[in-house]
Amino acid sequence: MSNINDLYNQVLKDHRSFPRNKGLILDDSYKTLKAKNPSCGDSITVEVKIEDGIIKDIRHDGVGCAICCSSASVMSEVLKGKTIKEANEIIHDFYELIKGNMPENEDRLEDAIVYVNIHNFPPRAKCATLAWRGVDTILNTNKEGEENYE
Amino acid sequence: MNKEILNIRNDFPVLRNNPNVVYLDSAATSLKPDCVINKINEYYTQYGVNVNRGVYKLSYTATEEYEETRQIVKEFLNAKEIEEIVYTKGASNGLNMLALSLRETLKEGDEVVSTILEHHSSILPWQENCKIKNAKLVYTDIDKDGSVDLESFKKVINEKTRYVVVTYVSNVMGQILPIKEIVHIAHQYNALVIVDAAQAVPHLKVDVQDLDCDFLCFSAHKMLGPTGFGILYGKKKYLNKLKPLEYGGDMIDEVELYDNTTKDTPYKFETGTPPISEAIAFKEAIKYLNNIGFEKIEKHVEELTKYTLDKLDNLEGLTIYNKKSALKSGIITFNIRGVHPHDVSTIFDERDICLRAGHHCAQLITKHLGVVGTLRASIYIYNTYEDMDKFIDAVKVACDYFKDW
Repeated sequence: MSNINDLYNQVLKDHRSFPRNKGLILDDSYKTLKAKNPSCGDSITVEVKIEDGIIKDIRHDGVGCAICCSSASVMSEVLKGKTIKEANEIIHDFYELIKGNMPENEDRLEDAIVYVNIHNFPPRAKCATLAWRGVDTILNTNKEGEENYE
Repeated sequence: MNKEILNIRNDFPVLRNNPNVVYLDSAATSLKPDCVINKINEYYTQYGVNVNRGVYKLSYTATEEYEETRQIVKEFLNAKEIEEIVYTKGASNGLNMLALSLRETLKEGDEVVSTILEHHSSILPWQENCKIKNAKLVYTDIDKDGSVDLESFKKVINEKTRYVVVTYVSNVMGQILPIKEIVHIAHQYNALVIVDAAQAVPHLKVDVQDLDCDFLCFSAHKMLGPTGFGILYGKKKYLNKLKPLEYGGDMIDEVELYDNTTKDTPYKFETGTPPISEAIAFKEAIKYLNNIGFEKIEKHVEELTKYTLDKLDNLEGLTIYNKKSALKSGIITFNIRGVHPHDVSTIFDERDICLRAGHHCAQLITKHLGVVGTLRASIYIYNTYEDMDKFIDAVKVACDYFKDW
């Protein structure tokens, strides 16, 4: 049985209390998507600014549990400055990590590696991935507006 | 442990198979006793054929078993006539059926009275009706602690009121509403009253003649019965007037090329092959509850709830939203100050304590409380003081763990 401190570790608590890149810019140069989980009420809006195939900036804001909000903050730091191709690979690795599969290139996940124990708490997996799935949708479908992820 | 409760616990295979689990989510769905599960098995293994069709012995047996439930539900609710008992897929289904059937009776300017305590399945169908028909949905007042009194109904029920749609027991606040008195007021203005009794039937003796409500819906699964099955009670004079929503097998009388006639209530509302085993097994749940007796159920739930509230009193960091209305319904709704309920829920999950976290399909009242969600522990007949001690310990651990967040 995994301990709760494996879940709410220092890095996660730091990102929860002092979120990075939080607050929306509300500028046309950003693509915006509100990522929601209606069954639990979590809602994180993500903004992504892409120039020349590179993620220049990511912002986020919304309501959710500590895992959901901290994960949005971590994601914004990890993906900022990456090419779309790199970002997609990291997002894929993150999804695998959440399922309990350690990716080959784990260093690339940077602080996102702290969610390594989520797979021991299966009901919380969707909290960790919400903001990531929002960015995933923006990068890969160009969709903006709102999207529900159960 | 009280010997009687120990005996009750032994009737529930989920508890036998998970001896460490503390099940405090009965307001979401109750566990099922052996007698209900065995009855489902009996149907499928002994006479598992279709009902209301065959002219052979097995079909006759299945139909008898299936219809016997209707008689037992009639007695359970103290309904006047058996035709007033309509089988549905559950409370949500019954409430939606009613709203759809009654939609055409609404005119522009009519008013529908309800409360923000409602579960989504009772209020949303009427939100839609009011939007489509330009009728007005009017909410009663509610006080700061989320409690609705009779006065607040008196203020909004008037000549324009056509329907009052109201929950009997709030699934978040645990409050029991004064249905009989609300019905009395509504009837003075010829308004009809639809009662969502989903949270009431597991805990209270419900008597539809005494309440005099016009319609009442509930699910089997919250009162030890199977999922996917429920009851719509309606006064016969109103059910007779309602048109069926679905046409097809079973519900039809005469079929011509361009017209048809339907059976009478309740059969005109029951088309297609129904959830047969669920209907048959539901009567075992009713018998089981009747056998324990509602007085004893109320007393047990109230004792455990009071014990728990006393132990949690004045705990630093804990907010209980419904101290006043928790006792009879066994619903304790709470948060750890400043922490999202899902974060707290993991503390309970780690200890195999099952409870609900979120908005409980009642966003209006959750918003009224000014929170994104709450935690809810709901107590039922198979819970023990040992269960509550584990729960109380976990609440204390949670308050301590999150105090610096």
